[in-house]
Amino acid sequence: MPVGEIARGLPVTRPAVSQHLKVLKEAGLVGDRSEGTRRIYHIDPKGLGAMRAWLDQFWTGALDAFAAEVERSHKEEKQ
Amino acid sequence: MSTQIRPAPVRKRVFVNAPQARAFDVFTSGIGRWWPKSHKIGEAELDKPVIEPRAGGRWYQLGVDGSSCDVGKVLEWDPPARVLLAWQLSADWAYDPDLVTEVEVTFTPEGSGTRVDLEHRMLERIGERAETMREAIDSPNGWGLLLRLYSEASAE
Repeated sequence: MPVGEIARGLPVTRPAVSQHLKVLKEAGLVGDRSEGTRRIYHIDPKGLGAMRAWLDQFWTGALDAFAAEVERSHKEEKQ
Repeated sequence: MSTQIRPAPVRKRVFVNAPQARAFDVFTSGIGRWWPKSHKIGEAELDKPVIEPRAGGRWYQLGVDGSSCDVGKVLEWDPPARVLLAWQLSADWAYDPDLVTEVEVTFTPEGSGTRVDLEHRMLERIGERAETMREAIDSPNGWGLLLRLYSEASAE
């Protein structure tokens, strides 16, 4: 899908979408190719992008809980 | 023709104000004290996860009814510096013995505490075996979903 078409459905500017796509490409979540002067992006059909985003959030929450438990147990032992 | 899509590993870092050995022990033998309870594997209500403290050990969820469901296993066990786990859950949160993604966790003394680095990698293997999310994503709306998920994740 070309950038303009992706941007049309989103409440953000086209340069912002291009910037997001660049980040997504670096994260390995989308691919792209040139077609004349246009850049056509494609999404992973197996949903890996959503899967990765989900795992990213999961581990953030899990590690926060882990850190809180480490510090709680460490404090308790020192008392 | 399209380029191959290979998701980058998920990488996280936290600093804990406790010694390296304590951080390692809480992550592994103490996993039942902090692991999020929001997801269940199999039918039973979850009690807690268990990591058996050795290379080759099981990583599983105990149910309140005494049943257990595998999550993965311990691939490498190097206390107190590092543990390498196999995460063998598919996109629909089911154990798949043929699916292996790696979760490497390292514990590094830093100042008065410990830096904990986590890397969940080989995520493309999940996609090779999962079809469940295809319909939600493979549509024009899927793009909006993906961008929203991503910006939420990166804003944290």
